[in-house]
Amino acid sequence: MKNSKTHKIRWSLIIFITPVLLWLFLLIVFPQLELLKMSFFGTGLPGKANFTFANYAAFFTEPIYWLTFVRTALYSITVTLLVLAISLPLTFYITKIAKIQTQGFLTVVVLIPFWISELIQVYGWMILLRESGILNKFLLSLGIFKQPHELLYNNVTMLMGLVYISMLFMIVPLIGVMQSLDDSLIEAAYDLGAKKITIWKKIIIPYVTPGIMSGSILVFMLVLGSYLTPKLMGGKNALWFTEQIYNSMIIYFNWNQGAAFGFLLLLLSSLIIFVALKITRQDFRKVIK
Amino acid sequence: MQIALSVKNLTKKFGDFTAVNNISFDVEDGKFFSILGPSGCGKTTLLRMIAGFHKPTSGIIELRGKNVIEVEPNKRPVNLVFQNLALFPMMNVFENIAFGLRRRNEKGQVVTSKVSEMLERVGLPGYEKKEINQLSGGQKQRVAIARALVLKPTVLLLDEPLGALDAKLREHMKVELKKLQAQVGTTFVYITHDQSEAMVMSDHVAVMNSGHFEQLDTPQNLYNSPASSFVAQFVGNNNKFIVGLQKDESGNFYATTPEGGKFLLAEPFDIESDTTFEMYVRPEAMIINPDIDDKTINVLKADVKALLFDGGNSRLLVVPENSDMELIVALPQNHQFDYIKAKDKIRVGWHPKSAVCFKRSEEKIYEEF
Ligand SMILES: Nc1ncnc2c1ncn2[C@@H]1O[C@H](COP(=O)(O)OP(=O)(O)OP(=O)(O)O)[C@@H](O)[C@H]1O
Ligand SMILES: [Mg+2]
Repeated sequence: MKNSKTHKIRWSLIIFITPVLLWLFLLIVFPQLELLKMSFFGTGLPGKANFTFANYAAFFTEPIYWLTFVRTALYSITVTLLVLAISLPLTFYITKIAKIQTQGFLTVVVLIPFWISELIQVYGWMILLRESGILNKFLLSLGIFKQPHELLYNNVTMLMGLVYISMLFMIVPLIGVMQSLDDSLIEAAYDLGAKKITIWKKIIIPYVTPGIMSGSILVFMLVLGSYLTPKLMGGKNALWFTEQIYNSMIIYFNWNQGAAFGFLLLLLSSLIIFVALKITRQDFRKVIK
Repeated sequence: MQIALSVKNLTKKFGDFTAVNNISFDVEDGKFFSILGPSGCGKTTLLRMIAGFHKPTSGIIELRGKNVIEVEPNKRPVNLVFQNLALFPMMNVFENIAFGLRRRNEKGQVVTSKVSEMLERVGLPGYEKKEINQLSGGQKQRVAIARALVLKPTVLLLDEPLGALDAKLREHMKVELKKLQAQVGTTFVYITHDQSEAMVMSDHVAVMNSGHFEQLDTPQNLYNSPASSFVAQFVGNNNKFIVGLQKDESGNFYATTPEGGKFLLAEPFDIESDTTFEMYVRPEAMIINPDIDDKTINVLKADVKALLFDGGNSRLLVVPENSDMELIVALPQNHQFDYIKAKDKIRVGWHPKSAVCFKRSEEKIYEEF
């Protein structure tokens, strides 16, 4: 009896897991392995290419490459922090202050923009901000601008765009943990003499830290790997690292170099997250002490 | 005696609904004051106004003579033990208790010694390093109380803190809490819907009903001379008779039942014509088969419908002759009444002083389903 039952379970397990494994291998692991292999070979005729670390070395020896990466990483961290700074009070308002009847409505309002693709969102921003755009017309008609200004193609608008497209990935996990935070914890802290800022520091933030962590990782990875927004909204002479990969592969037709950059992006971003987790853990412990 | 807390004409409305209706009371320093009332009568609302979480619609709250209506909760010298305790799960026991002290900028050794002294007080010495989720229900209770008491509030407010405990532990904590209060001498304002909690622990009890106080008195007086039929029903158990009142030539008052019973009352009444009254007699005031010659006792004949055995709380369910009402009669477990069986005919008596009468009201404590 028992045996046949375990057999059944195994079969169903195999049936369910096979497509997942196939998908994983054929679409993710296999091409990645191929790219990994590629990244260790120089350009040359197929079959004649030789094993080399040159593609990786180029990243460290050519300042243009690693500077682009540093810039990309710093901007991604900035975006993550900005998104966090906006999402914390926003989710707090939605879950704790807004009336129950309006909570669902507010959540939907916040999430609706994300039903539209990134490309359309970015074009929306462009219509709004370009020299002949709506904002310019408005400010001109008010007399605040004497002549039209180009509001696009600078770092500030790019940051704004990146914050906008990645907000969802912070808000969703944060709303979840924020909802599970018992109101009476906040009231208890208030009753015991805490000021508002102390309540945030000692109660709310420690409580929602798991949500902050997962949200931040999502946002950081998403922004670091994004391509459209930095390309369409950012300044023309400052590259995003993904554009560097694109250029290597498509413009210079150097797939080996592009593949190496791709893996460096993966490694370095994982490293940054690892370090960030380590740092905040330690901070977290200090807070508790 | 100094007055620790004084509430004057306090009212709270939520829209059209009046949750707390013109309540006034004083609590002396060092007393244990309870507010007893059924669910939804406005107890938590009243307490949250004293703590500062609700702004009263009108009225005054004074702590040691100082009006605190405009004072924020974090500046009021009162602390609240929450209905669900609200211990901080991300901190250990020490940090929970030290939280309030830290907010007053107390540091180092002072905090450590105050916390450990407080933990000793509540019977949890050496528990500083424990995490909250490692504690049992009763231990959490003590930590929550310690966290508030360590701040030496003028008044400690407690919102049904024993509600989540099992019956045995609740019995135990009642006594513990009373002892603790006597030891530390802090003024306690305790709210509960459990009359036994209120009676055992309190110096004074206010019985609350749909937003107002029915009676504010010592537990003994609440039990012996309830001021309204609500109090008579809510505090302790009671048998209710629907009666009319009569006065005879010699000035004695009688309660008459529709079945023809006529029972002497101990006190005079204002009798208006055609008013129905409610008469209450407690199960434990009933005498089973009283001395047949004692003419001062009211007696009725009844059939025993059932014996409800419940240890020291055993009762008889009896139906008076020619009536379909049911009475509860306490059945002492001293073997004196071992002969009584279901379907027996017995006599039930009570002293006129044991009965109280009120004008009939249609009010019910809980909606009957
Ligand atoms: N914020 C609010 N808005 C509207 N009505 C409220 C609000 N808070 C409480 N009430 C109403 O006020 C009444 C009293 O509520 P309260 O919480 O004070 O009752 P309680 O006596 O503490 O009951 P329980 O013993 O069940 O805790 C209830 O009818 C409740 O519905
Ligand atoms: Mg309540």
